[in-house]
Amino acid sequence: MRRRVAENLVAYGFLSAALVCFAVFSWYPIARGAVLGFQQVDFVDDPVWVGWENFERLFADPLFATAWRNTLLFTALALVFGFAVPFLLAVVLNELRHFRAYFRLIVYLPVMLPPVVAALIWKWMYDPGPGLLNTALRGLGLEGAAWLDSADTSMLSLVVVATWANLGTATLVYLAALQGIPGDLYEAAELDGASVWRRLWHVTVPQTRFVLLVLALLQVVATMQVFTEPYVMTGGGPEDSTVTVLLLLYRYAFYYNDFGTASALSLLLLLVLGAFTALYLRATRKADA
Amino acid sequence: MRTLIAPGRSRAGHTVALVVTAVVLTAVFVVPLVWVVLSAMKPAVELARVPPTVLPETWVPGTYAEAWDLMDLGRYFRNTLVVAVGTWAVQLAVDVPAAYALSRLRPVLGGGILGAMLVTLMMPASVLLVPTYLTISDLGLLDNPLSLWLLGAANAFTVFLLKRFFDQLPVEVLEAARIDGAGQLTMLWRIVLPLSRPVLAVVSIFAVVAAWKDFIWPLLVFSDPARQTLSVALQRFAPDTPVNLLLAGLVLSSVPMIGLFLVFQRHVLAGLTAGSVKG
Repeated sequence: MRRRVAENLVAYGFLSAALVCFAVFSWYPIARGAVLGFQQVDFVDDPVWVGWENFERLFADPLFATAWRNTLLFTALALVFGFAVPFLLAVVLNELRHFRAYFRLIVYLPVMLPPVVAALIWKWMYDPGPGLLNTALRGLGLEGAAWLDSADTSMLSLVVVATWANLGTATLVYLAALQGIPGDLYEAAELDGASVWRRLWHVTVPQTRFVLLVLALLQVVATMQVFTEPYVMTGGGPEDSTVTVLLLLYRYAFYYNDFGTASALSLLLLLVLGAFTALYLRATRKADA
Repeated sequence: MRTLIAPGRSRAGHTVALVVTAVVLTAVFVVPLVWVVLSAMKPAVELARVPPTVLPETWVPGTYAEAWDLMDLGRYFRNTLVVAVGTWAVQLAVDVPAAYALSRLRPVLGGGILGAMLVTLMMPASVLLVPTYLTISDLGLLDNPLSLWLLGAANAFTVFLLKRFFDQLPVEVLEAARIDGAGQLTMLWRIVLPLSRPVLAVVSIFAVVAAWKDFIWPLLVFSDPARQTLSVALQRFAPDTPVNLLLAGLVLSSVPMIGLFLVFQRHVLAGLTAGSVKG
Protein backbone atom coordinates (compact mmCIF):
# COMPACT_ATOMS: atom_id res chain seq x y z
CA MET A 1 0.00 0.00 0.00
CA ARG A 2 2.68 2.46 1.03
CA ARG A 3 4.74 1.45 -2.00
CA ARG A 4 1.79 2.22 -4.26
CA VAL A 5 1.56 5.70 -2.77
CA ALA A 6 5.28 6.27 -3.25
CA GLU A 7 5.08 5.15 -6.88
CA ASN A 8 2.25 7.54 -7.52
CA LEU A 9 4.14 10.38 -5.93
CA VAL A 10 7.09 9.72 -8.23
CA ALA A 11 4.79 9.56 -11.25
CA TYR A 12 3.11 12.83 -10.36
CA GLY A 13 6.51 14.39 -9.83
CA PHE A 14 7.34 13.52 -13.42
CA LEU A 15 3.97 14.85 -14.56
CA SER A 16 3.91 18.04 -12.54
CA ALA A 17 5.55 20.41 -15.03
CA ALA A 18 3.31 19.22 -17.85
CA LEU A 19 0.22 19.47 -15.66
CA VAL A 20 1.05 23.08 -14.81
CA CYS A 21 1.69 23.99 -18.46
CA PHE A 22 -1.49 22.35 -19.67
CA ALA A 23 -3.53 23.83 -16.84
CA VAL A 24 -2.33 27.38 -17.41
CA PHE A 25 -2.04 27.41 -21.20
CA SER A 26 -4.72 24.95 -22.34
CA TRP A 27 -7.32 23.88 -19.84
CA TYR A 28 -7.84 27.20 -18.13
CA PRO A 29 -8.03 29.14 -21.44
CA ILE A 30 -10.62 26.66 -22.74
CA ALA A 31 -12.83 27.30 -19.73
CA ARG A 32 -12.09 31.02 -19.78
CA GLY A 33 -12.91 31.25 -23.49
CA ALA A 34 -16.39 29.88 -22.88
CA VAL A 35 -17.06 32.57 -20.26
CA LEU A 36 -15.39 35.44 -22.12
CA GLY A 37 -17.85 35.21 -24.99
CA PHE A 38 -20.57 36.42 -22.64
CA GLN A 39 -18.55 39.16 -20.98
CA GLN A 40 -17.49 42.64 -21.80
CA VAL A 41 -13.71 42.68 -21.42
CA ASP A 42 -11.14 45.37 -21.95
CA PHE A 43 -7.93 46.15 -20.14
CA VAL A 44 -9.46 49.04 -18.23
CA ASP A 45 -12.45 47.79 -16.26
CA ASP A 46 -13.33 44.50 -14.60
CA PRO A 47 -15.18 42.04 -16.85
CA VAL A 48 -18.96 42.52 -16.90
CA TRP A 49 -21.48 39.78 -17.71
CA VAL A 50 -23.44 40.91 -20.78
CA GLY A 51 -25.22 37.73 -21.90
CA TRP A 52 -25.79 37.46 -25.61
CA GLU A 53 -24.86 41.09 -26.33
CA ASN A 54 -21.53 40.19 -27.94
CA PHE A 55 -23.25 37.82 -30.30
CA GLU A 56 -25.84 40.46 -31.17
CA ARG A 57 -23.08 42.94 -31.91
CA LEU A 58 -21.44 40.40 -34.19
CA PHE A 59 -24.61 39.61 -36.09
CA ALA A 60 -25.18 43.31 -36.61
CA ASP A 61 -21.70 43.77 -38.09
CA PRO A 62 -21.91 43.61 -41.90
CA LEU A 63 -18.37 42.26 -41.95
CA PHE A 64 -19.53 39.20 -40.01
CA ALA A 65 -21.35 37.70 -42.98
CA THR A 66 -18.59 38.83 -45.34
CA ALA A 67 -15.93 37.16 -43.22
CA TRP A 68 -17.78 33.84 -43.15
CA ARG A 69 -18.47 33.99 -46.88
CA ASN A 70 -14.80 34.73 -47.61
CA THR A 71 -13.61 32.01 -45.25
CA LEU A 72 -15.92 29.42 -46.79
CA LEU A 73 -14.75 30.47 -50.24
CA PHE A 74 -11.15 30.12 -49.15
CA THR A 75 -11.79 26.73 -47.57
CA ALA A 76 -13.68 25.46 -50.61
CA LEU A 77 -10.98 26.62 -53.02
CA ALA A 78 -8.23 25.31 -50.76
CA LEU A 79 -9.99 21.96 -50.58
CA VAL A 80 -10.25 21.72 -54.35
CA PHE A 81 -6.61 22.71 -54.96
CA GLY A 82 -4.95 21.52 -51.80
CA PHE A 83 -6.70 18.18 -51.96
CA ALA A 84 -6.80 17.24 -55.62
CA VAL A 85 -3.44 18.63 -56.72
CA PRO A 86 -1.28 16.78 -54.16
CA PHE A 87 -3.15 13.55 -54.75
CA LEU A 88 -2.72 13.67 -58.50
CA LEU A 89 0.87 14.78 -58.04
CA ALA A 90 1.53 11.81 -55.73
CA VAL A 91 -0.05 9.41 -58.24
CA VAL A 92 2.16 10.76 -61.01
CA LEU A 93 5.33 10.78 -58.88
CA ASN A 94 4.64 7.21 -57.80
CA GLU A 95 4.73 6.11 -61.44
CA LEU A 96 8.01 7.81 -62.24
CA ARG A 97 11.21 5.83 -61.87
CA HIS A 98 13.79 8.62 -61.79
CA PHE A 99 14.52 11.87 -59.94
CA ARG A 100 12.25 10.76 -57.09
CA ALA A 101 14.46 12.19 -54.40
CA TYR A 102 14.62 15.48 -56.27
CA PHE A 103 10.84 15.72 -56.63
CA ARG A 104 10.28 14.89 -52.98
CA LEU A 105 12.82 17.52 -52.04
CA ILE A 106 11.44 20.39 -54.10
CA VAL A 107 7.75 19.94 -53.34
CA TYR A 108 8.61 20.02 -49.65
CA LEU A 109 10.96 23.00 -49.87
CA PRO A 110 8.25 25.68 -49.53
CA VAL A 111 6.88 23.95 -46.43
CA MET A 112 10.09 24.93 -44.65
CA LEU A 113 9.71 28.62 -45.49
CA PRO A 114 8.23 30.73 -42.72
CA PRO A 115 4.67 31.51 -43.90
CA VAL A 116 5.35 35.24 -43.69
CA VAL A 117 8.30 34.84 -46.04
CA ALA A 118 6.23 32.82 -48.52
CA ALA A 119 3.46 35.42 -48.34
CA LEU A 120 5.83 38.35 -48.93
CA ILE A 121 7.59 36.57 -51.82
CA TRP A 122 4.26 35.91 -53.48
CA LYS A 123 2.99 39.41 -52.84
CA TRP A 124 5.91 40.58 -54.93
CA MET A 125 5.38 37.90 -57.59
CA TYR A 126 1.74 38.99 -57.92
CA ASP A 127 2.78 42.55 -58.79
CA PRO A 128 0.83 43.29 -61.98
CA GLY A 129 3.84 45.05 -63.57
CA PRO A 130 7.24 43.43 -63.07
CA GLY A 131 5.82 40.48 -61.08
CA LEU A 132 6.94 37.02 -62.13
CA LEU A 133 3.42 35.68 -62.56
CA ASN A 134 2.20 38.23 -65.08
CA THR A 135 5.56 38.14 -66.83
CA ALA A 136 5.24 34.38 -67.26
CA LEU A 137 1.64 34.74 -68.48
CA ARG A 138 2.65 37.43 -70.96
CA GLY A 139 5.43 35.13 -72.13
CA LEU A 140 2.76 32.53 -72.91
CA GLY A 141 0.80 35.16 -74.83
CA LEU A 142 -1.86 35.47 -72.12
CA GLU A 143 -3.08 38.59 -70.43
CA GLY A 144 -2.06 39.04 -66.81
CA ALA A 145 -4.47 39.82 -63.99
CA ALA A 146 -4.58 42.28 -61.12
CA TRP A 147 -4.37 39.35 -58.66
CA LEU A 148 -4.30 40.87 -55.17
CA ASP A 149 -5.62 44.24 -56.33
CA SER A 150 -8.97 43.00 -57.57
CA ALA A 151 -11.78 41.71 -55.38
CA ASP A 152 -12.51 39.06 -58.03
CA THR A 153 -9.13 37.38 -57.87
CA SER A 154 -7.83 38.29 -54.40
CA MET A 155 -9.09 35.19 -52.57
CA LEU A 156 -8.00 32.88 -55.36
CA SER A 157 -4.54 34.44 -55.23
CA LEU A 158 -4.29 33.75 -51.50
CA VAL A 159 -5.37 30.15 -51.99
CA VAL A 160 -2.66 29.67 -54.61
CA VAL A 161 -0.05 30.84 -52.12
CA ALA A 162 -1.37 28.65 -49.32
CA THR A 163 -1.49 25.64 -51.65
CA TRP A 164 1.98 26.28 -53.03
CA ALA A 165 3.40 26.61 -49.56
CA ASN A 166 1.74 23.55 -48.05
CA LEU A 167 1.05 20.93 -50.68
CA GLY A 168 4.40 19.22 -50.09
CA THR A 169 3.11 17.75 -46.84
CA ALA A 170 0.00 16.17 -48.34
CA THR A 171 1.89 14.99 -51.43
CA LEU A 172 4.46 13.09 -49.38
CA VAL A 173 1.82 11.58 -47.10
CA TYR A 174 -0.14 10.37 -50.14
CA LEU A 175 3.04 9.06 -51.69
CA ALA A 176 3.70 6.97 -48.59
CA ALA A 177 0.13 5.66 -48.71
CA LEU A 178 0.39 4.80 -52.41
CA GLN A 179 3.53 2.80 -51.78
CA GLY A 180 1.58 0.61 -49.38
CA ILE A 181 -0.89 -0.57 -52.03
CA PRO A 182 -0.22 -4.22 -52.94
CA GLY A 183 0.84 -4.45 -56.57
CA ASP A 184 -1.22 -7.55 -57.36
CA LEU A 185 -4.40 -5.48 -56.98
CA TYR A 186 -3.37 -3.48 -60.05
CA GLU A 187 -2.33 -6.64 -61.83
CA ALA A 188 -5.68 -8.31 -61.17
CA ALA A 189 -7.57 -5.22 -62.27
CA GLU A 190 -5.54 -5.06 -65.43
CA LEU A 191 -6.18 -8.71 -66.22
CA ASP A 192 -9.87 -7.94 -65.84
CA GLY A 193 -9.39 -5.32 -68.54
CA ALA A 194 -9.74 -2.21 -66.35
CA SER A 195 -8.38 0.97 -67.96
CA VAL A 196 -5.91 3.24 -66.17
CA TRP A 197 -8.74 5.50 -65.03
CA ARG A 198 -10.81 2.62 -63.72
CA ARG A 199 -7.78 1.24 -61.90
CA LEU A 200 -7.20 4.68 -60.37
CA TRP A 201 -10.81 4.92 -59.28
CA HIS A 202 -11.37 1.33 -58.18
CA VAL A 203 -7.98 0.45 -56.71
CA THR A 204 -5.95 3.55 -55.86
CA VAL A 205 -8.72 5.67 -54.37
CA PRO A 206 -10.31 2.95 -52.18
CA GLN A 207 -6.91 1.77 -50.96
CA THR A 208 -5.96 5.28 -49.83
CA ARG A 209 -9.46 6.23 -48.69
CA PHE A 210 -8.53 6.63 -45.05
CA VAL A 211 -5.58 8.94 -45.67
CA LEU A 212 -7.64 10.98 -48.11
CA LEU A 213 -10.42 11.41 -45.58
CA VAL A 214 -8.13 12.36 -42.72
CA LEU A 215 -6.18 14.92 -44.73
CA ALA A 216 -9.39 16.43 -46.10
CA LEU A 217 -10.74 16.95 -42.59
CA LEU A 218 -7.44 18.35 -41.34
CA GLN A 219 -7.37 20.65 -44.34
CA VAL A 220 -10.83 22.03 -43.59
CA VAL A 221 -9.99 22.67 -39.94
CA ALA A 222 -6.70 24.35 -40.86
CA THR A 223 -7.95 26.51 -43.70
CA MET A 224 -11.00 27.76 -41.81
CA GLN A 225 -8.47 29.41 -39.50
CA VAL A 226 -6.53 31.15 -42.26
CA PHE A 227 -4.85 34.28 -40.96
CA THR A 228 -1.25 34.84 -42.05
CA GLU A 229 -1.83 35.16 -45.80
CA PRO A 230 -4.63 37.73 -45.66
CA TYR A 231 -2.98 39.60 -42.77
CA VAL A 232 0.36 39.91 -44.54
CA MET A 233 -0.69 40.12 -48.19
CA THR A 234 -3.94 42.08 -48.36
CA GLY A 235 -4.88 43.21 -44.87
CA GLY A 236 -8.43 42.11 -45.72
CA GLY A 237 -8.83 44.18 -48.88
CA PRO A 238 -9.58 45.01 -51.62
CA GLU A 239 -13.18 45.89 -50.73
CA ASP A 240 -13.09 43.50 -47.75
CA SER A 241 -12.81 40.59 -50.15
CA THR A 242 -10.18 38.83 -48.01
CA VAL A 243 -11.49 39.56 -44.53
CA THR A 244 -11.58 36.08 -42.97
CA VAL A 245 -13.17 35.03 -39.72
CA LEU A 246 -9.82 34.98 -37.96
CA LEU A 247 -8.85 38.37 -39.34
CA LEU A 248 -12.14 39.78 -38.04
CA LEU A 249 -11.50 38.10 -34.69
CA TYR A 250 -8.04 39.66 -34.59
CA ARG A 251 -9.48 43.09 -35.35
CA TYR A 252 -12.09 42.85 -32.61
CA ALA A 253 -9.52 41.73 -30.07
CA PHE A 254 -6.43 43.72 -30.95
CA TYR A 255 -7.68 46.84 -32.76
CA TYR A 256 -10.85 47.50 -30.78
CA ASN A 257 -9.72 45.79 -27.53
CA ASP A 258 -13.14 44.13 -27.53
CA PHE A 259 -12.06 40.74 -26.24
CA GLY A 260 -15.62 39.67 -25.41
CA THR A 261 -16.91 39.99 -28.96
CA ALA A 262 -13.77 38.35 -30.29
CA SER A 263 -14.40 35.45 -27.92
CA ALA A 264 -18.00 35.20 -29.05
CA LEU A 265 -16.70 34.84 -32.59
CA SER A 266 -14.27 32.15 -31.36
CA LEU A 267 -17.17 30.21 -29.90
CA LEU A 268 -19.02 30.33 -33.21
CA LEU A 269 -15.89 29.14 -34.98
CA LEU A 270 -15.56 26.33 -32.47
CA LEU A 271 -19.13 25.30 -33.14
CA VAL A 272 -18.41 24.96 -36.86
CA LEU A 273 -14.96 23.38 -36.54
CA GLY A 274 -16.06 21.05 -33.76
CA ALA A 275 -18.10 19.01 -36.19
CA PHE A 276 -15.15 18.50 -38.52
CA THR A 277 -12.79 17.75 -35.64
CA ALA A 278 -15.18 15.14 -34.25
CA LEU A 279 -15.34 13.47 -37.66
CA TYR A 280 -11.56 13.53 -37.84
CA LEU A 281 -11.17 11.93 -34.43
CA ARG A 282 -13.72 9.24 -35.26
CA ALA A 283 -11.88 8.45 -38.47
CA THR A 284 -8.47 8.16 -36.78
CA ARG A 285 -9.82 6.13 -33.88
CA LYS A 286 -11.37 3.65 -36.26
CA ALA A 287 -8.03 3.31 -38.01
CA ASP A 288 -6.18 2.79 -34.73
CA ALA A 289 -8.52 0.10 -33.47
CA MET B 1 7.03 -2.59 -57.33
CA ARG B 2 3.90 -2.83 -59.44
CA THR B 3 1.94 0.44 -59.58
CA LEU B 4 -1.00 1.91 -61.43
CA ILE B 5 0.61 1.53 -64.83
CA ALA B 6 2.49 -1.62 -65.82
CA PRO B 7 6.23 -0.95 -65.71
CA GLY B 8 8.10 -1.08 -68.96
CA ARG B 9 4.85 -0.86 -70.87
CA SER B 10 5.74 2.35 -72.60
CA ARG B 11 9.27 3.66 -72.25
CA ALA B 12 8.62 6.69 -74.44
CA GLY B 13 5.53 7.56 -72.43
CA HIS B 14 7.47 7.31 -69.21
CA THR B 15 10.20 9.61 -70.51
CA VAL B 16 7.67 12.20 -71.66
CA ALA B 17 5.88 12.10 -68.31
CA LEU B 18 9.19 12.38 -66.50
CA VAL B 19 10.33 15.40 -68.48
CA VAL B 20 6.97 17.16 -68.20
CA THR B 21 6.81 16.57 -64.45
CA ALA B 22 10.39 17.70 -63.96
CA VAL B 23 9.85 20.91 -65.96
CA VAL B 24 6.52 21.79 -64.31
CA LEU B 25 7.62 21.04 -60.75
CA THR B 26 10.90 22.87 -61.19
CA ALA B 27 9.08 25.87 -62.66
CA VAL B 28 6.59 25.94 -59.82
CA PHE B 29 8.79 25.18 -56.81
CA VAL B 30 12.35 26.08 -57.70
CA VAL B 31 12.12 28.95 -60.19
CA PRO B 32 10.33 31.36 -57.82
CA LEU B 33 12.97 30.83 -55.15
CA VAL B 34 15.89 31.21 -57.57
CA TRP B 35 14.13 34.27 -59.00
CA VAL B 36 13.99 35.87 -55.57
CA VAL B 37 17.65 35.11 -54.86
CA LEU B 38 18.69 36.67 -58.19
CA SER B 39 16.32 39.62 -58.04
CA ALA B 40 17.68 40.65 -54.67
CA MET B 41 20.96 41.32 -56.45
CA LYS B 42 19.44 43.73 -58.98
CA PRO B 43 19.51 47.47 -58.36
CA ALA B 44 16.10 48.90 -57.40
CA VAL B 45 15.65 50.57 -60.80
CA GLU B 46 16.25 47.38 -62.71
CA LEU B 47 13.94 45.49 -60.39
CA ALA B 48 11.01 47.77 -61.24
CA ARG B 49 11.42 47.39 -64.99
CA VAL B 50 8.76 45.76 -67.19
CA PRO B 51 9.50 43.23 -68.58
CA PRO B 52 11.92 42.14 -65.90
CA THR B 53 15.46 40.96 -66.65
CA VAL B 54 16.20 37.31 -65.93
CA LEU B 55 19.81 37.66 -64.80
CA PRO B 56 20.76 40.96 -63.18
CA GLU B 57 22.33 43.34 -65.74
CA THR B 58 24.13 45.01 -62.90
CA TRP B 59 25.10 42.63 -60.13
CA VAL B 60 24.77 44.06 -56.64
CA PRO B 61 25.51 41.12 -54.34
CA GLY B 62 26.16 43.65 -51.59
CA THR B 63 22.37 43.99 -51.19
CA TYR B 64 22.47 41.04 -48.82
CA ALA B 65 24.92 42.70 -46.47
CA GLU B 66 23.06 46.00 -46.78
CA ALA B 67 19.73 44.30 -45.95
CA TRP B 68 21.32 42.58 -42.96
CA ASP B 69 22.45 45.92 -41.55
CA LEU B 70 19.44 48.02 -42.52
CA MET B 71 16.88 45.66 -40.98
CA ASP B 72 19.18 44.71 -38.12
CA LEU B 73 18.57 41.08 -39.04
CA GLY B 74 21.19 39.83 -36.56
CA ARG B 75 18.94 40.91 -33.72
CA TYR B 76 15.86 39.22 -35.18
CA PHE B 77 17.76 36.03 -35.91
CA ARG B 78 18.86 35.98 -32.30
CA ASN B 79 15.31 36.60 -31.06
CA THR B 80 13.93 33.82 -33.28
CA LEU B 81 16.67 31.47 -32.15
CA VAL B 82 15.86 32.19 -28.52
CA VAL B 83 12.20 31.38 -29.16
CA ALA B 84 12.90 28.23 -31.20
CA VAL B 85 15.62 26.73 -29.02
CA GLY B 86 13.79 27.64 -25.82
CA THR B 87 10.55 26.10 -27.09
CA TRP B 88 12.43 22.95 -28.03
CA ALA B 89 14.28 22.63 -24.73
CA VAL B 90 11.27 23.38 -22.53
CA GLN B 91 9.00 21.14 -24.56
CA LEU B 92 11.34 18.17 -24.17
CA ALA B 93 12.09 18.88 -20.53
CA VAL B 94 8.37 19.01 -19.72
CA ASP B 95 6.85 16.46 -22.08
CA VAL B 96 9.40 13.63 -21.94
CA PRO B 97 9.00 12.98 -18.19
CA ALA B 98 5.22 13.38 -18.53
CA ALA B 99 5.04 10.85 -21.35
CA TYR B 100 7.34 8.51 -19.41
CA ALA B 101 5.12 8.70 -16.37
CA LEU B 102 1.97 8.07 -18.38
CA SER B 103 3.55 5.21 -20.29
CA ARG B 104 5.62 3.42 -17.64
CA LEU B 105 4.61 4.54 -14.16
CA ARG B 106 0.87 4.37 -14.76
CA PRO B 107 -0.28 6.64 -11.94
CA VAL B 108 -3.86 6.75 -10.67
CA LEU B 109 -5.92 8.87 -13.11
CA GLY B 110 -3.16 8.58 -15.75
CA GLY B 111 -5.69 7.67 -18.43
CA GLY B 112 -7.84 10.63 -17.51
CA ILE B 113 -4.88 12.99 -17.66
CA LEU B 114 -3.87 11.75 -21.10
CA GLY B 115 -7.48 12.12 -22.22
CA ALA B 116 -7.63 15.68 -20.91
CA MET B 117 -4.42 16.46 -22.77
CA LEU B 118 -5.70 14.96 -26.00
CA VAL B 119 -8.93 16.96 -25.73
CA THR B 120 -6.83 20.09 -26.23
CA LEU B 121 -5.98 18.79 -29.72
CA MET B 122 -9.67 19.09 -30.54
CA MET B 123 -9.55 22.79 -29.79
CA PRO B 124 -8.71 24.73 -32.92
CA ALA B 125 -5.78 26.98 -32.02
CA SER B 126 -7.57 30.14 -33.04
CA VAL B 127 -10.43 29.51 -30.65
CA LEU B 128 -8.04 29.82 -27.73
CA LEU B 129 -6.33 32.92 -29.10
CA VAL B 130 -8.08 35.47 -26.89
CA PRO B 131 -8.26 33.59 -23.58
CA THR B 132 -4.64 32.42 -23.89
CA TYR B 133 -3.49 35.92 -24.76
CA LEU B 134 -5.31 37.35 -21.74
CA THR B 135 -3.80 34.65 -19.53
CA ILE B 136 -0.30 35.47 -20.77
CA SER B 137 -1.03 39.11 -20.14
CA ASP B 138 -2.35 38.41 -16.62
CA LEU B 139 0.84 36.53 -15.83
CA GLY B 140 2.87 39.53 -16.96
CA LEU B 141 4.54 37.44 -19.67
CA LEU B 142 3.88 39.74 -22.65
CA ASP B 143 7.10 40.60 -24.47
CA ASN B 144 8.70 37.62 -22.71
CA PRO B 145 9.81 34.55 -24.73
CA LEU B 146 9.01 32.42 -21.68
CA SER B 147 5.33 32.67 -22.65
CA LEU B 148 6.00 30.98 -25.99
CA TRP B 149 8.22 28.34 -24.39
CA LEU B 150 5.55 27.35 -21.87
CA LEU B 151 2.81 27.52 -24.47
CA GLY B 152 4.87 25.16 -26.61
CA ALA B 153 5.31 22.76 -23.71
CA ALA B 154 1.55 22.25 -23.46
CA ASN B 155 1.70 20.15 -26.61
CA ALA B 156 -0.55 17.11 -26.39
CA PHE B 157 0.63 15.78 -29.71
CA THR B 158 4.23 15.58 -28.50
CA VAL B 159 3.18 13.82 -25.28
CA PHE B 160 1.09 11.40 -27.31
CA LEU B 161 3.87 10.64 -29.80
CA LEU B 162 6.42 10.11 -27.02
CA LYS B 163 4.06 7.95 -24.97
CA ARG B 164 3.32 5.70 -27.92
CA PHE B 165 7.03 5.22 -28.46
CA PHE B 166 7.77 4.53 -24.78
CA ASP B 167 4.91 1.99 -24.75
CA GLN B 168 6.72 -0.08 -27.33
CA LEU B 169 10.10 -0.22 -25.59
CA PRO B 170 11.10 -3.78 -24.63
CA VAL B 171 10.01 -4.56 -21.08
CA GLU B 172 13.01 -6.84 -20.45
CA VAL B 173 15.53 -4.02 -20.69
CA LEU B 174 13.60 -1.87 -18.25
CA GLU B 175 13.09 -4.78 -15.85
CA ALA B 176 16.80 -5.58 -15.94
CA ALA B 177 17.65 -2.00 -15.08
CA ARG B 178 15.14 -2.00 -12.24
CA ILE B 179 16.63 -5.20 -10.79
CA ASP B 180 20.03 -3.52 -10.94
CA GLY B 181 18.52 -0.92 -8.66
CA ALA B 182 18.07 1.98 -11.05
CA GLY B 183 15.72 4.72 -9.85
CA GLN B 184 13.12 6.17 -12.21
CA LEU B 185 15.25 9.18 -13.10
CA THR B 186 18.27 7.03 -13.90
CA MET B 187 16.02 4.72 -15.89
CA LEU B 188 14.61 7.58 -17.95
CA TRP B 189 17.98 9.23 -18.49
CA ARG B 190 20.22 6.19 -18.99
CA ILE B 191 17.91 3.60 -20.57
CA VAL B 192 14.80 5.15 -22.10
CA LEU B 193 16.26 8.28 -23.68
CA PRO B 194 19.12 6.55 -25.53
CA LEU B 195 16.62 4.01 -26.89
CA SER B 196 14.29 6.81 -28.00
CA ARG B 197 16.61 8.70 -30.31
CA PRO B 198 14.38 8.31 -33.39
CA VAL B 199 11.28 9.74 -31.75
CA LEU B 200 13.29 12.45 -30.00
CA ALA B 201 14.71 13.52 -33.36
CA VAL B 202 11.23 13.76 -34.86
CA VAL B 203 9.79 15.65 -31.91
CA SER B 204 12.78 18.01 -31.82
CA ILE B 205 12.56 18.89 -35.48
CA PHE B 206 8.82 19.44 -35.22
CA ALA B 207 9.30 21.74 -32.25
CA VAL B 208 12.02 23.84 -33.84
CA VAL B 209 10.34 24.12 -37.24
CA ALA B 210 6.97 24.98 -35.70
CA ALA B 211 8.51 27.65 -33.48
CA TRP B 212 10.51 29.13 -36.36
CA LYS B 213 7.47 29.24 -38.67
CA ASP B 214 4.98 30.49 -36.10
CA PHE B 215 3.65 33.93 -36.81
CA ILE B 216 0.49 34.69 -34.93
CA TRP B 217 1.77 34.02 -31.39
CA PRO B 218 4.96 36.05 -31.71
CA LEU B 219 2.85 38.77 -33.34
CA LEU B 220 0.53 38.89 -30.34
CA VAL B 221 3.12 38.46 -27.63
CA PHE B 222 5.94 40.74 -28.79
CA SER B 223 4.75 44.31 -29.14
CA ASP B 224 8.24 45.59 -28.33
CA PRO B 225 9.98 45.78 -31.75
CA ALA B 226 13.35 44.94 -30.19
CA ARG B 227 12.08 41.53 -29.07
CA GLN B 228 10.18 40.47 -32.18
CA THR B 229 11.00 37.38 -34.21
CA LEU B 230 12.05 37.42 -37.87
CA SER B 231 8.56 36.81 -39.25
CA VAL B 232 6.99 39.58 -37.23
CA ALA B 233 9.78 42.03 -37.99
CA LEU B 234 9.78 41.27 -41.72
CA GLN B 235 6.07 41.93 -42.14
CA ARG B 236 6.50 45.13 -40.17
CA PHE B 237 9.39 46.25 -42.41
CA ALA B 238 7.75 45.12 -45.67
CA PRO B 239 5.76 48.27 -46.56
CA ASP B 240 8.65 50.75 -46.14
CA THR B 241 11.66 48.74 -47.31
CA PRO B 242 13.07 48.98 -50.86
CA VAL B 243 12.07 45.79 -52.66
CA ASN B 244 15.59 44.55 -53.38
CA LEU B 245 16.54 44.86 -49.73
CA LEU B 246 13.33 43.22 -48.56
CA LEU B 247 13.88 40.29 -50.94
CA ALA B 248 17.42 39.87 -49.66
CA GLY B 249 16.03 39.82 -46.12
CA LEU B 250 13.47 37.18 -47.09
CA VAL B 251 16.18 34.99 -48.61
CA LEU B 252 18.44 35.33 -45.59
CA SER B 253 15.66 34.45 -43.18
CA SER B 254 14.77 31.30 -45.16
CA VAL B 255 18.29 29.91 -45.10
CA PRO B 256 18.25 28.27 -41.62
CA MET B 257 15.07 26.27 -42.14
CA ILE B 258 15.98 25.21 -45.68
CA GLY B 259 19.44 24.23 -44.41
CA LEU B 260 17.93 22.28 -41.52
CA PHE B 261 15.69 20.47 -43.97
CA LEU B 262 18.53 19.58 -46.32
CA VAL B 263 20.55 18.17 -43.42
CA PHE B 264 17.74 16.33 -41.63
CA GLN B 265 15.62 15.41 -44.65
CA ARG B 266 15.22 11.79 -43.61
CA HIS B 267 14.02 12.69 -40.13
CA VAL B 268 11.71 15.43 -41.33
CA LEU B 269 10.03 13.15 -43.84
CA ALA B 270 9.80 10.30 -41.34
CA GLY B 271 8.13 12.64 -38.86
CA LEU B 272 5.70 13.70 -41.52
CA THR B 273 4.14 10.28 -41.94
CA ALA B 274 4.27 9.64 -38.20
CA GLY B 275 2.63 12.98 -37.59
CA SER B 276 -0.09 13.76 -40.03
CA VAL B 277 -1.87 10.46 -40.40
CA LYS B 278 -1.75 9.11 -36.92
CA GLY B 279 -2.88 12.36 -35.27
